[in-house]
Amino acid sequence: MLELIQDYWLYFLVGQYPNGPLGGLVLTLLLAALGLLFSLPLGLVFGMARISPYRWLRWPVTALVFLVRGTPLLMVIFWAYFFLPAITGQKTDQITTMLVALVVFDGVYLAEIVRAGILGLPKGQQECARSLGLSYVETMRFIILPQALRNMLPSLVNQFISTIKETSLGYIIGLTEVSFIASQINVQVLTKSTQVYFILGLTYFILCFGLSRFAFWLEKALYRNRIVKAAS
Amino acid sequence: MIQLDKVNKWYGEYHALVDVTETIDKGEVVVICGPSGSGKSTLIRTLNRLEPIQSGSIVIDGQDIYGGDVKLNEFRSHIGFVFQQFNLFPHLNVLENCSLAPTRLRGLKPAEARERSMALLERVGLAQKAQAYPSELSGGQQQRVAIARALAMEPPLMLFDEPTSALDPEMVGEVLLVMRDLASDGMTMICVTHEMGFAREVADRVLFMDAGKVLERAAPGDFFNRPQTARAQKFLTDIRTPFSSTLS
Repeated sequence: MLELIQDYWLYFLVGQYPNGPLGGLVLTLLLAALGLLFSLPLGLVFGMARISPYRWLRWPVTALVFLVRGTPLLMVIFWAYFFLPAITGQKTDQITTMLVALVVFDGVYLAEIVRAGILGLPKGQQECARSLGLSYVETMRFIILPQALRNMLPSLVNQFISTIKETSLGYIIGLTEVSFIASQINVQVLTKSTQVYFILGLTYFILCFGLSRFAFWLEKALYRNRIVKAAS
Repeated sequence: MIQLDKVNKWYGEYHALVDVTETIDKGEVVVICGPSGSGKSTLIRTLNRLEPIQSGSIVIDGQDIYGGDVKLNEFRSHIGFVFQQFNLFPHLNVLENCSLAPTRLRGLKPAEARERSMALLERVGLAQKAQAYPSELSGGQQQRVAIARALAMEPPLMLFDEPTSALDPEMVGEVLLVMRDLASDGMTMICVTHEMGFAREVADRVLFMDAGKVLERAAPGDFFNRPQTARAQKFLTDIRTPFSSTLS
């Protein structure tokens, strides 16, 4: 197994880069990070639309949220793969295709996190801000979202964990992320399937377990912060 | 300053305010009391449109506040509202709580807003807590900050919705002192409160409500010594001698 790691670690990490496109674990992490980064504003807008007093805004977004949540990610990836070129008229590369699928999928899940974050605050916060004369937008920007986003931090880390695992589905459209690379290695080595997939699994586990511990710590820290402030 | 004319409000089938007609003058301190569920809080919340009304009209400073041409945020910024639950913004410190709205809505420079807020915190006796966060303050201190925050917009009218009901008994006094100080300065105030001592000493007029109606309106001395309706007599008896009623 050590021999395996010695021979292929670089390929596992970055794919054919710099002699070819970036791939491997770095691509996996990059995609997950970009996916979350781009879906965050989308989730913010969707989440606020979901609790908007305006029906024309609330209903379509709610419908979209239910539609996407009721669909496996694989379907969304297929849609992005076949549908995007049809509307843009040109072939989209795999990374962009996967990114679009992740942003739509994550955006919808983040919308629910944002919604819960806002609804979890006492109603008096919004009432009080409005009674001072702040507009709806000002209330959101200065009073509600700063508090809601803070409370959402652990959920955001958990969403990042999900996204890391979700990128493995890019395998299906030939995206050279870490699972795809592992299967390539397996084909080249031929006799060490168990070891190859053990290393792949271990890699995912270490990443996700580490991050979920981090989310747990974050939750504790936020809670402790509140207690300490209240006690002092 | 405030004219209410035949104000009605329903929550679904429930008739929360019934034909409330009332005039409140500038500089007046009005205490609204009555049993729970009588519509006191609902009434005070309609005055800055936190609750919509279904019929009637409310005119403040000549402006029909449910009329179509009201700029809601601008209108609300001229009314101070103090909540039972204080509702300080927990992510901002005391000074920021007070200076946020004046900076955003009155165009004050940060230094001006800071100066104004510090003066008000001084007035409510909490200047030394300017950098503290709400969670570091006692309930009484939080409510005094909430009053300072409302005053920072320099409103001509202050509304208090049970400002001492969520406080430990020992902290009620410090909040009432600030309110008395405000009243003696000539502020127009409407207070929903169960503090009868405050009503007796500070109020110009007491409104007694039951089942969505204003049953009595009188100077505090008259109301406490010679209540006219049976309902008010019972209410006053109950709050003075809590064990007089029999359990049924």
